[in-house]
Amino acid sequence: MRSAHRKAIIRKIIVYVLLLIIAAVMITPFLWMFSAAIKSDREVFKINPFVFIPKDPKWSNYVNIWTKIPFAKFVENTFLLTIVVTCLQLLTSSFAAYSFAKLNFRHRNGLFLAYIATIAMPWQVYMVPQFILMRKMGLNDKLMAIICLQAFSAFGVFLMKQFYEGIPDDLCEAARIDGMSEYRIYSKVMLPLSKPALATLVIFTFVNTWNDYLGPLIYLKTQSKKTIQLGLKMFISQYSSDYGLIMAGSMLSLIPVLIIFLCFQKYFVEGVASTGLKG
Amino acid sequence: MTGSSKSIQVEDLQNALAETIRQVREERDDKKRKKLILQISKYNSRINKIKSGKLLSRQTKRDLVAYSFIAPNFIGFCVFTLVPIIFAFALAFMKWDGSNPVSFEGLNNFKRLWGDTFFKAALKNTIIYCVGTVPLTMVASLAMAIILNQKVFGRGIFRTLAFFPYVASLVAITSVWKLLFHPSKGPVNNILYTFFHVSQENLPQWFSGSLCVISMILFSVWKYMGYYMVIYLAGLQGIPGELYEAASLDGAGTWNKFRYITWPQLSSTTFFVVVMLTINCFKIYDIAVMLAGGGSGELTVSATVLVYYIYQKAFIDWDLGYSSAVAMVLFLMVLIVTLIQFRGQARKEA
Repeated sequence: MRSAHRKAIIRKIIVYVLLLIIAAVMITPFLWMFSAAIKSDREVFKINPFVFIPKDPKWSNYVNIWTKIPFAKFVENTFLLTIVVTCLQLLTSSFAAYSFAKLNFRHRNGLFLAYIATIAMPWQVYMVPQFILMRKMGLNDKLMAIICLQAFSAFGVFLMKQFYEGIPDDLCEAARIDGMSEYRIYSKVMLPLSKPALATLVIFTFVNTWNDYLGPLIYLKTQSKKTIQLGLKMFISQYSSDYGLIMAGSMLSLIPVLIIFLCFQKYFVEGVASTGLKG
Repeated sequence: MTGSSKSIQVEDLQNALAETIRQVREERDDKKRKKLILQISKYNSRINKIKSGKLLSRQTKRDLVAYSFIAPNFIGFCVFTLVPIIFAFALAFMKWDGSNPVSFEGLNNFKRLWGDTFFKAALKNTIIYCVGTVPLTMVASLAMAIILNQKVFGRGIFRTLAFFPYVASLVAITSVWKLLFHPSKGPVNNILYTFFHVSQENLPQWFSGSLCVISMILFSVWKYMGYYMVIYLAGLQGIPGELYEAASLDGAGTWNKFRYITWPQLSSTTFFVVVMLTINCFKIYDIAVMLAGGGSGELTVSATVLVYYIYQKAFIDWDLGYSSAVAMVLFLMVLIVTLIQFRGQARKEA
C-alpha cells in the first residue's frame, strides 16, 4: 500500500516537472522578448550573469519606435483592416450560413458545392491571378484589396453553417408560424443563439488578418499603406542591430492579438476542438 | 380602375383558354396536342396570379429571400475566389508577363519544371520540412495533451500558455528566435559554448545552409503544437473512462493503457491532425522568409520553398504562366492529401 502511495507521488512530481518544462519552452521567448525590449544593445545578449530587468531599464525603446518608423500609421492601418474584415466576415458568413442551413431553395446544393470545391484550394495557388484581377479593378496598393481578399472566406460559411445545423429547425418553424420574416428570425432568433460560433470566428479572423504577411506584402506598396507586420519586417531589415527597438516593436504588435485571445479564449478552445473533431 | 382592368385581363385570358381547350379537343396530332395542353396550364397559372394579386409565386419569393441571404458573401466569394481559381488553371498553360498579349503554351510550363533545379530544391525542402514537422508536432502535441488531461493544478493557465505561440504574429516571434539562435551572440549558442564546450567554429549556424530547414522545423513545432494539443485534448475527453477502469482492474500499466486504449481510440483524431499538419506544411512561406530570408526577403537554394517560388516567379520575374504551373504542383499535393482524408472519413463512417 505504502509503495503504491509513493508511486503516485512520484508520478505527480514527474507530471509537474514535465509541465514546468513545457511552460518554460512556451513562454521563454516571450519573456526574453520583454526583457530585451528594455535593454540597451550591449546588454541584450549578456548571459553571464543574465538579468531579467536591467538596472536602468530603457523604457524609451517603446517611445522611440513610434518616431523611428511611422508606427502609428501602421497600427492605424492594421486596426482598420482587421476591424472591417472581421465585421464583414461575421455578417456575410452568418447571413449565408443561415440560408444554407435553414432555408429550402432552388440550387442550394449547387451553390454550396462551389464553396466545398474550394476547401482543398490553398490561397497560395490562386494568389497570382487574384492579384492580376484586383489590379484590373484598380485595387492595387489599396487597403480595400486586403479587405476583399480576407472578408469572404468559405471557412466562415462552413463554421457558421455547421453551428446552425445544430440548432433545431422547430425553433425557426415556430417563429415562422408567428409571422416573423426570415430576416427577423435570423436577427432575433439565430444570431443571439450563435454567440459561441461568432466568437470563434472573431478570433480566427482577427488573428489571421492581424498577423497576415504575404497578402499585404503583395498588395500594399506605399509606406503609408503598410500594416504592422510589413512595417516591422521593414524595420528589422533596415535596423537589424537595434535589438532593443526591434523587440519593443514586436512586443507592441503582439498586444492586441493577445488581448482578443484572452477575452475570447474559452470559445477559441471550444471552436478549435469542435472544428477539429468534425473536420 | 385597376380592378376593372384586372377583370378585363382575366376575361381575355379565360376566352383564350376556352379557345385553346376547344382546339385541343379537335386536334388529332399528338405533338401539337401536347403543346396546346402546355399552353392551357400557362393560361391557368397566369389567371391565378392575376386573381390572387401576386406577381411572384411563393416558391420564387422564398428563393429570392434565400438568395438575398447568400448574395453578399457569394458575390465576394465568386469574384475574389472562384474566378481567380479558374483563371489559375488556365494560366498554367499560358505564357504571360501581365501586360503583353497572352500566348498558349500547352504543357511547356510543366516540361520546364522538370529541368528547373531551383524548383526541385523548393519541392525537396518543402517535403523535408513536412516530413520533419508533421511527426514531431504530432508527438509533441499528443504528449502535451496527455499531460494536461490529468488533474493538475493550473491546467487552464498551461493551456493558455501553450496557445500563445499560435496566436502571436510571425514577424514578432521569428525576430526573437533569430536573436535567441543568433550564430555568434545568441544565448542558445552561448550555452552550447560555455556549458557543452562546443568549439567556436563548430557552433551551429542556425539560419544558413542545411540547418535552415531544421530551424524551420523546430520553430514550427514550437509554434503550432499548442493548436494541435487542443484538438487532441478534445479527442482524449471523448474516450470513455470505463475503458481505463477495466484496464486497471486487469493490472495494465501506464504504457499498456496508452498502447491499447488511448492510441487506438485516438486514431481518427490523429488522422485528422496529420492531414491538417501536412496541408499546412505544404503552404509554408512566411516562416522560411522570416527565419532564413535575407534583408529583402530573398531565399537561397537551401531554404527555398514552393510558395516562395510561386511568389518569386510571379511578382519578381513576372513569369505568370510558369508561376501558375508551380502553383498547380502545390495544388496537386494538397489535393492528394485531401482525397486521402475523404477516403479515410468515408471508411470511418462506413
